[in-house]
Amino acid sequence: MKRMLMAATCGLTMILASGASTAQDESQGLSSDYVKVGVLSDMSGVYKALEGPGAVVAAQMAIDDFGGSVLGKPIKLVSSDHQNKPAVASSTARQWIDRENVDMITGLDNSAVGLAVQGLASDKGVITMNTGSGTTELTESQCTEYGIHYVYDTYSLPVGTATAIVKNGGETWFFITADYAFGHSLEDNTSMVVENLGGKVVGGVEAPLGTTDFASYLIQAKASGADVIALANAGSDTVNAIKQANSFGIVEQGQQMAGMLVFLTDVKALGLETAQGLQFTTAFYWDRSDEARKWSQRFFEKHGAMPTMVQAGVYSATLSYLEAVKKAGTDDADAVREVLGDMTINDMFVQGGDILPNGLMTHDMYLVKAKSPEQSEGPWDLLEVVATIPGEKAFIPLSESACQLLDK
Amino acid sequence: MNVSLDLILAQMMLGLSAGVFYAMLSLGLAIIFGLLNVINFAHGALYMLGAFVALIGHSYIGPWLGYEDFQLGFWPALIVAPLLVGCFGMLLERTMLRRLYQFDHIYGLLLTFGIALMLQGFFTNYFNVSGTPYGGQPESLNGIVNLGFMYFPKFRLFAIVMSIVVCFLTWFVIERTRLGAVLRAGVENPKLVQAFGINVPLMVTLTFGFGVALAALAGVLAAPIYSVSPLMGANLIIVVFAVVVIGGMGSIMGAIVTGLTLGLIQGLTKAIYPPAANTVIFFIMVIVLLVRPAGLFGKE
Repeated sequence: MKRMLMAATCGLTMILASGASTAQDESQGLSSDYVKVGVLSDMSGVYKALEGPGAVVAAQMAIDDFGGSVLGKPIKLVSSDHQNKPAVASSTARQWIDRENVDMITGLDNSAVGLAVQGLASDKGVITMNTGSGTTELTESQCTEYGIHYVYDTYSLPVGTATAIVKNGGETWFFITADYAFGHSLEDNTSMVVENLGGKVVGGVEAPLGTTDFASYLIQAKASGADVIALANAGSDTVNAIKQANSFGIVEQGQQMAGMLVFLTDVKALGLETAQGLQFTTAFYWDRSDEARKWSQRFFEKHGAMPTMVQAGVYSATLSYLEAVKKAGTDDADAVREVLGDMTINDMFVQGGDILPNGLMTHDMYLVKAKSPEQSEGPWDLLEVVATIPGEKAFIPLSESACQLLDK
Repeated sequence: MNVSLDLILAQMMLGLSAGVFYAMLSLGLAIIFGLLNVINFAHGALYMLGAFVALIGHSYIGPWLGYEDFQLGFWPALIVAPLLVGCFGMLLERTMLRRLYQFDHIYGLLLTFGIALMLQGFFTNYFNVSGTPYGGQPESLNGIVNLGFMYFPKFRLFAIVMSIVVCFLTWFVIERTRLGAVLRAGVENPKLVQAFGINVPLMVTLTFGFGVALAALAGVLAAPIYSVSPLMGANLIIVVFAVVVIGGMGSIMGAIVTGLTLGLIQGLTKAIYPPAANTVIFFIMVIVLLVRPAGLFGKE
């Protein structure tokens, strides 16, 4: 009897010990007792609606859908407002990385912020999955080892939109450009597309981010006589400019407004009466596939609005990151980045998404058109997909990339 | 780029629509400075407050009170906002500013600057920094007017006309009526006016309230044109102070004429050489200070 008890105790101890040791093995690869995802976004300004609080909802959904833990440890989420100021964003990111052990930063819906945080995080060996910024610099001359650019860039947007407009007879262009990294990058790339197709850029003005009165810029645009007034800006800047163009009768007098970067929430804010016929390029539309519809419905129930491509991208990026951590068995940035590079991403956001060595995620983009009020069958039935732009055409090919990492 | 006459006229029209706001704000400042000898640095914040009364009245007050459908429309806001903000101004004058009259100008300036920062901080905490669109523009003012050289939104035209009317009414009351005469006498010699049985401290409070109400009225008119943001006043007040300096501290007509003229000059600059548009006013200020330190309409 005594011997049996001894044996049982020994056995139990061994089981417990082995259990403990496997648990230890599993979390050995983690740098702390948790994996932490940071959403750094504009929570109060011009880009609030397109990313902001909705991105936090999306990231939380990804964590919940993943099961709330990875490698046996809980997944935590932090978020903060970068106020569209690179300095604020950098100091938040530094604090997150140095003191709070944040393992991955996503969001970053401002190119100036995106560039600053990607540089800083990469120096500290932390992965960024940028869903919000547009500038191609993130994966071109300022590319980094751990920086990933996930949803769209200023190269992929005009490929669809500008091509469609020039082919429809919009030959002369005037730009109203957001005066910072993103706007300039978008204007340059759009001009390139326009000129390659035989169009002509006749002028442009630069308006500060967060301009509320576009009247004098619009008057200049009107005086230029251009066929197309192109808005190289985003968020409420785009919405304000289009609304004011209407209130000054610019469209009525025969000029066409073209938003180079338009989000679903912008179309909603404009209303279909104003927005109908507006063509733009997007990476995601909630009503495009069954999977997207199902996910978006869940998102809607939590957030009260349908997701923009950026918010859907935050979900997809967070999920991909967590899967990569699981596969790598560690949160070590080098190992996770390698797994991410080998993965093909297939979810409700992308099919066949591929993260290139320079950090660019290539995937199909879609040319969409805002419906007319008569065509729309519900409050969020806003767009129809006109064409699909395959991933290899939508993004800068690796062979043409100016990223120095590729020279190694 | 060749500059067409239409472009110049269009930009000047837009300049005028900015100029009326300069005029209304600098008018309020001039009245307050003339009577109280206070440089009211909180003027921009009070303008912002006026816009927020309109915004809150339209979009927030109903749900706050539990009546989802209740709204304070644009027309009532034109009355309610100046009244509310004016009362708030009188409260400031009675409780704080009054204690500083005997000291140097700089104390009043510091106090009002502090109040401005507090108001901005408060609203920044609760509202979007880069602005919330005001949805209460009345139906009757939607639409476009064809001015020949340009299409102009009806509402902006209304704001221009209304502001100019308010400015000249104010000028008329102060310079051409008995009430105005008493006010001006109070500035010259408060003790003597008091000896005639006029309650000068009350008069001072009411005048401050009126100056502040003008700022709030400008705020309501600005709400549909620009987004309502906590910093809308801070951005404007710098230009308005330049206008006051150019026009001459304390001159009523000076404030109105300078405000409108500088708006027009700014518009003209936008048509001819856009990058200079934001600095042209300060350039003029430097020249005026060098040539006529008391301002164009100021008395030496």
